[in-house]
Amino acid sequence: MTLALDRKTGNLDALESEAIHIFREVAGEFDRPVILFSGGKDSTLLLHLAIKAFWPAPVPFPLLHVDTGHNFEEVIDFRDRVVAKHGLRLHVAHVQDWIDDGRLTERPDGTRNPLQTVPLLDSITEQKFDAVFGGGRRDEERARAKERIFSLRNAFGQWEPRRQRPELWNLYNGRHRPGEHVRVFPLSNWTELDVWNYIAREKIELPDIYYAHEREVYLRDGMWLAEGPWGGPRAGETLERRTIRYRTVGDGSCTGAVDSDARTIQDVIAEVAASRLTERGATRADDRLSEAAMEDRKREGYF
Amino acid sequence: MSDLLRLATAGSVDDGKSTLVGRLLYDTKSVLADQLDAVHRASADRGLSTPDLSLLVDGLRSEREQGITIDVAYRYFATPKRSFVLADTPGHVQYTRNTVTGASTAQLGILLVDARNGVVEQTRRHAAVLALLGVPRLVLAVNKIDLVGYDESSFKRTAKEFAAHAGALGYADSEVLTIPVSALVGDNVVERSGNTSWYTGPTLLEYLETVPVEPDPHHVPFRFPVQYVIRPRTPEYPDYRGYAGQVAAGTITPGEEIVVLPSGSRSIVERIDTPDGELAEATAGQSVTLVLSHDLDISRGDLISVASAPPVVADEFGATLCWLADKALRPNARVLVKHGTKTTQAFVTELISRFDEQKLSSVELPESLQLNEIGQVRIRTAEPLPVDDYTASRRTGAFLVIDASDGTTLAAGLVGAPLPVRDAFNPGP
Repeated sequence: MTLALDRKTGNLDALESEAIHIFREVAGEFDRPVILFSGGKDSTLLLHLAIKAFWPAPVPFPLLHVDTGHNFEEVIDFRDRVVAKHGLRLHVAHVQDWIDDGRLTERPDGTRNPLQTVPLLDSITEQKFDAVFGGGRRDEERARAKERIFSLRNAFGQWEPRRQRPELWNLYNGRHRPGEHVRVFPLSNWTELDVWNYIAREKIELPDIYYAHEREVYLRDGMWLAEGPWGGPRAGETLERRTIRYRTVGDGSCTGAVDSDARTIQDVIAEVAASRLTERGATRADDRLSEAAMEDRKREGYF
Repeated sequence: MSDLLRLATAGSVDDGKSTLVGRLLYDTKSVLADQLDAVHRASADRGLSTPDLSLLVDGLRSEREQGITIDVAYRYFATPKRSFVLADTPGHVQYTRNTVTGASTAQLGILLVDARNGVVEQTRRHAAVLALLGVPRLVLAVNKIDLVGYDESSFKRTAKEFAAHAGALGYADSEVLTIPVSALVGDNVVERSGNTSWYTGPTLLEYLETVPVEPDPHHVPFRFPVQYVIRPRTPEYPDYRGYAGQVAAGTITPGEEIVVLPSGSRSIVERIDTPDGELAEATAGQSVTLVLSHDLDISRGDLISVASAPPVVADEFGATLCWLADKALRPNARVLVKHGTKTTQAFVTELISRFDEQKLSSVELPESLQLNEIGQVRIRTAEPLPVDDYTASRRTGAFLVIDASDGTTLAAGLVGAPLPVRDAFNPGP
């Protein structure tokens, strides 16, 4: 049986060229763009493409990280190393600051992933960002499959799927009124396997938690979660040492690890190609909350 | 042969497009276990005995509540032979603009009809839109063939009627295929059906895997809209000046003479730069940076063309518009035109005719163009634009019409009159 994810690599040049075109359009048409950067594989890839788009000039945008405070240390180290290496400017919005001054309330389940929306929108407003690059891909989820490459958001950051602009040829309409901004998704047409094949081809460094390693984890709702400030393990959940890796990197409270021996990038590609689970289905608890969990979060202003 | 095919679906509401797309994904094993579990769960919740494959693609709350598709979704699937990017577009009349969205980049259009109804108004409208936008090939999937008892004669009737319509739109016989399918049961989508022994053609997937992929029409030589000027001003590159963009048509090599439009200044391509090194040649679709031999005043919005065959530079031209907005177009409308990397003010000075896609004829001097209507207009722009006919170049012949006050995309614009049924619609001077 051949799996659908078994895409050929011949399209990588076309995908790269399209993404570079998108970066340059935004640089040409907007005043204050920003790249959302978490240190995960998609945003690292995004940054790699941005560097290529403006070479040999520096990337003309700063980075923004909405930090939930529930991070994997390795990822934050990696984030800071990358920023220093390329001489980039990084804004960090700490969810903790919003909790401390009462603008946000901690959820009973301890996850801070949904809490990112308010700090994100506040940062966009405060810094007057008018274009916000994200690493979202249409293959991730049904609601994301409906997302345009240029996605107009109103002053509340909301996505209104019925009122999206038609997106014709490669002519992107980035016009917006004061207070509105545009989310831009240069990786829209990439699949998870495209991302990995490209990372291999370009030899892009990633946080090492993407590769198999031993870690103390506990089982919750069928996913392996790591110990952390997000309240685990609870009574009845026991830590055990397993060989795992992460397919996505996000808030530690809802990002699960998968059992894996994939220690090299070629191992990872083979594993992803053979997986019978989608990336988000395998490792994201927040998408399991309801049939339309992603759409609901996007409508509120999430990516 | 390219290993990537871009396709768009179109068809009337309830003809089963989402089910067909779900079936294609399901039968090509493109659905992973957790997605399938979700569909089984959601189908059971709705009291269905078999999984509703349309739930694989209708991702929005209101789509699932109403059982319809509201917005274009992009799907990715692959077989050992080829990869596919599929734009799944809605069938409702009020969402025809999304058919235009899907068709603007498609190399193949799949139209669906219900076998019980045959070719209907929406089929003719969508075929005309696909033809207008230059989609090179059409497939008519006659769906729900199980509901007419796999009847050959009704299928043949539909196929014949569609072939006549497609022919009138300018498609050759070899560019149109009609297939009897049942998306629900799976007949002739991926698996060949035992119920249609009278059908000897390929299954839908066999056709998608083997149909020749035609690149966008590039009957014009090198065209390069300048997106961004790269000037590092760093110690390492103090004097670097490169013109970044994506090649819109044709090919260029170092040493060739170019002309910058609209200024008309000339130079030679010294280098084609990329972060991975210099190229010996750049061709349509590639994002590159050009370094020229002379220091010229070039900025975003200019177009670099091969000097020997530049496009026409015009501040007044005829065009076809697919009107996509609720607000109607009236003569002398003040709009913005985005062509390549240039956005300029413009007037739609004249509404010459409106296309009747049912009768394939034209209505002269209409008072307005309403949502989803197609018409021929005359446009005058504040700054001259280097334009090609859309039929010669899908990139440099296309433009957006934008509302200057709120930024809405009002229309898809095609330079010249590349309408289907040229004679009927363009009776000439």
